Amino acid sequence: MDILNQVSARHMKHSIPEFNVGDTVRCDVKVIEGNRERIQIFQGIVIQRRGAGIGETVTVRKVSQGVGVERVFPLHSPNLARIKVLRPGRVRRSKLYYLRQLKGKAARIREKSGQGN
Amino acid sequence: MLGLIGRKIGMSQVFDKDGVAIPVSVIEAGPCPVVQVKHQKTDGYNAVQIGFGAVRHTRAGLPRLGHFRKANLPPYRYLQEFKVDDPEAFSPGQLIDVGIFKDAKQIDVSGKSKGRGFQGVIKRHGFSRGRETHGGKSHRVPGSIGMAAYPGRVLKGQKLPGRMGQETIHVKNLQVVEVDLDNNLLLVKGAVPGARNTLLRITTSS
Repeated sequence: MDILNQVSARHMKHSIPEFNVGDTVRCDVKVIEGNRERIQIFQGIVIQRRGAGIGETVTVRKVSQGVGVERVFPLHSPNLARIKVLRPGRVRRSKLYYLRQLKGKAARIREKSGQGN
Repeated sequence: MLGLIGRKIGMSQVFDKDGVAIPVSVIEAGPCPVVQVKHQKTDGYNAVQIGFGAVRHTRAGLPRLGHFRKANLPPYRYLQEFKVDDPEAFSPGQLIDVGIFKDAKQIDVSGKSKGRGFQGVIKRHGFSRGRETHGGKSHRVPGSIGMAAYPGRVLKGQKLPGRMGQETIHVKNLQVVEVDLDNNLLLVKGAVPGARNTLLRITTSS
């Protein structure tokens, strides 16, 4: 097990900020068009974090023009250039699947305020 | 073809330049010392015998110790032979490490698969199942295993339930993802036979 961790550690990122489910985040995604590379921004609420180590993924949900869009990012993928917490959210479960059924005002998440929620 | 003996460490993933996740098996391979060189003249064929996995002297046994003493080596747990064309290029004691796969695009890996115990024909041979409802009673049974009075016996090779797994599996043309000389590690794309710590025989694909 130890050797496995050492191997994957070499391919992992070191600077992933601390963030939790419920936070609103901005993901900078590398997009390759032809031979040009640019950064695309995907901003939304983290509704799930799963896996551990190099296989960890994060699901970000946003509502774009009335349509719910979810993207799953491998946290350690080089295509995910940066992830930034814009607003920490206060939630009481680890998977926010219930947000898929809600829209508008009901789909809001309370902001985490300072210490101890 | 010269090869190496290794041990399966487990599976992980690695990202390539385009950010695509590649599933990899991590193998700890070698370094394996040449224990004996076999020549056409003396042994009838050309091969090198290499060892893997150190074992304590007290646990090795005298016949084994004697065999290794000829090569002036400490005893090893496992021995494997690889046929070579030029036995003169090798001498006992010489170390062979993962560097031999440095330029290899693809490798072949052999090992013993996980034992599954006594399994039925659906899992063991991929038979179809009978229906569960609507009066179906033959849920997972093999069905008819032959004809009637002629031939009056079950044909040889008939697929039936029995012990599954724990057999030697050869996986061919696995892509080499990374060769780590410092830690004697080999990363190959895809799965290799067996559980963790399974002994593996690795050769370059021909």
